[in-house]
Amino acid sequence: MGKITGSQAIVKCLQEEGVKTIFGYPGGAVLDLYDALMSSDIKNVLVRHEQGAVHAADGFSRVTGEVGVALLTSGPGATNGVTGIATAYMDSIPLVILTGQVPQPLIGNDAFQEVDIVGITRPCTKHNYLVSKLEDLVPTIREAFHIAKTGRPGPVLVDLPKDLVASSLNYPVKTPVQMPSYQPTYVPHPVQIAKACRLIMAAKRPVLYVGGGVILSDANAELTELAQKLNIPVTMTLMGLGAFPGTHELSMGMLGMHGTYTANMAVAECDLLIAVGSRFDDRVTGKLEDFASKSKIIHIDIDPTSISKNVKVDIPIVADCKNALTSMNLWFDKESNFDLSEEAARHKPWFDTISDWTAKHPLSYTDSDTIIKPQYVIEKLLEFTKGEAIITTEVGQNQMWAAQFYKFNQPRHFVTSGGLGTMGYGLPAAIGAQMAFPDKTVIDIAGDGSIQMNIQELATAKQYGCPVKIAILNNSFLGMVRQWQELFYDRRYASTTMDVTPDFVDLAKAFGAVGLRATKKDEVIPVIKEALATDNTVIMDFKIEKEEGVYPMVPAGKATTEMLLV
Amino acid sequence: MKHTISVLLQNKPGVLSRVTGLFSGRGFNIESLCVAQTLDPDVSNLTVVSRGDDNVIEQITKQLHKLIDVIKVVDITEKEYVEREMVLIRINAEAHTRAEVLRVIDIFRGKVVDVSAKSYAVEITGSASKIKAVIDILRPIGIKEIVRTGIIAMSRAAKTK
Ligand SMILES: Cc1ncc(C[n+]2csc(CCOP(=O)(O)OP(=O)(O)O)c2C)c(N)n1
Repeated sequence: MGKITGSQAIVKCLQEEGVKTIFGYPGGAVLDLYDALMSSDIKNVLVRHEQGAVHAADGFSRVTGEVGVALLTSGPGATNGVTGIATAYMDSIPLVILTGQVPQPLIGNDAFQEVDIVGITRPCTKHNYLVSKLEDLVPTIREAFHIAKTGRPGPVLVDLPKDLVASSLNYPVKTPVQMPSYQPTYVPHPVQIAKACRLIMAAKRPVLYVGGGVILSDANAELTELAQKLNIPVTMTLMGLGAFPGTHELSMGMLGMHGTYTANMAVAECDLLIAVGSRFDDRVTGKLEDFASKSKIIHIDIDPTSISKNVKVDIPIVADCKNALTSMNLWFDKESNFDLSEEAARHKPWFDTISDWTAKHPLSYTDSDTIIKPQYVIEKLLEFTKGEAIITTEVGQNQMWAAQFYKFNQPRHFVTSGGLGTMGYGLPAAIGAQMAFPDKTVIDIAGDGSIQMNIQELATAKQYGCPVKIAILNNSFLGMVRQWQELFYDRRYASTTMDVTPDFVDLAKAFGAVGLRATKKDEVIPVIKEALATDNTVIMDFKIEKEEGVYPMVPAGKATTEMLLV
Repeated sequence: MKHTISVLLQNKPGVLSRVTGLFSGRGFNIESLCVAQTLDPDVSNLTVVSRGDDNVIEQITKQLHKLIDVIKVVDITEKEYVEREMVLIRINAEAHTRAEVLRVIDIFRGKVVDVSAKSYAVEITGSASKIKAVIDILRPIGIKEIVRTGIIAMSRAAKTK
């Protein structure tokens, strides 16, 4: 084969990696790449802001499990992408971000649109590269995909100097990526598995505490098997929602700051906490000393740094969640003196306690006959989508209500910025998700504040015919911050009143989308029905109770049993 | 407690800033840091001295290991090891102190590497405690300048019978 250009080689490499859709925005430094892409079958989705490109690639990845790809130009294009990259990093989402860079002879000269993006993104990527030799171009991109999707996944950035991309090269044959210094541990140690299983069999009050790692490793079936086999109640983190069916009788819902009363009490009272693909984040644990303080802890995670970082664990298991759970299920299948009915009987008092908690303090809210309650909107969205929609969220109260009241029965259906809490995430992520599944209902549950952060992506949705639905829970406040001010700052609403917001219905129209509004409770169902029946991008503007709060709530730094209730 | 951690890493651009960025970003402290090539020009050795309780040190070693370019991390404090640091000291050496300076240097098996009318520059190599001792003794005489390499360390060979 003769020589091809660097940009053609990159496109070819992307095709080899199975990439069909990328999200990006052009500029001087990536002109060659865009030119080469135009003659390929890879679809480039032209967003309206680079942050949107990275979030869209991230949303695409979360719903498919594939590596999401974003292409940004140098300088401001790259820096605009940083929030998206950090968002993906915090939630361990596999992305490859290709950025253009000024030609090599200009690097370091403060050239036009030069920025040290490798330096800037070092702390918020799993790894990153500035390609400096032509022969490294293709192997580096291959390595980037390999790193992004293996081990604990994460975003990898490759910075591409323009002169390299414009040069000619012989395309190197694909060989397996070999990285002696990067060897994630996938297979659990059998001794640890046996120890963990024995502990589980001895437990009277076990709890499974499940995080996003289970979704990332596609281990939901194995997890469900384990929970059912041993009759163990399950609680999920925000990132773990969908890893176990939310409507299952063993599900206690989400735990943590806005978790259910039952889940938080169960974790406080359990004698064995089995953490799977979760990382003891402060929003989950509250005051560390009081978290699961009466229990032994088993922790399964592929990232050794997550283990015993915040909470000392008794049985660490470094492994891919799927492998570890499979090994545990096998262990129980082979263990002769194991009897499910006995297990169930042994856990009976525990389940009685759990049912008491739920009976006493179920997840609830005070409904109204006239005013729209946000929780009611979510319940109706759940009802009319039969729980099958892909839900993305913005950040704040909208996100928490979505997490609490939409019951996710499948993994990869709840797409939310957990670790970084990035307002403006939901709309571009919804576009990415819709690109992956054009026939699914995709709904961005939004706040009136957050939606304005990447509202420009409505144009992207329109350009590519993405019928995403946006449900704005419009309280004319930066609601979550207002809630903290209400509770902890004497109701002094400093800079949280959104006194001027656009007319979202007119705004939708201006973008060529459909705008619908509900101001009274009885308008909610018709609006939802119409939106779901509309084959267009739709904004639903729900004027909700302005000062509704998210409850339960564990005040920051308090023990998770110290919940403020409805 | 003080820990000396020895790290083998790929000799690639930016790798040192990955290590230092990790320490600063996660609030770990660096008491000293030394890095240079090994026999294999593609691999560097880095010795970092840090302080922290067991949890912190465990995190430091795990986090270092997590860096893609890091090949091996050993907390050699847990083992038998030798550590050395070199220090260059410029010290007042007027007529009445010259002999004293030379005597001290001699005791510590140091070398004079530069001489001027009013000062000596001396080179001393040793463990952290030896370096501290020599500085304590020379300080009253008048240290004008001091440059230290930071600690390098190596595990002792396993004992064979
Ligand atoms: C980019 C960004 N800036 C600021 C914040 C801090 N913050 C967290 S929630 C919130 C309010 C969100 O308001 P809105 O989108 O209207 O949602 P609501 O809480 O009212 O549902 C703010 C400002 C954030 N999470 N992200």
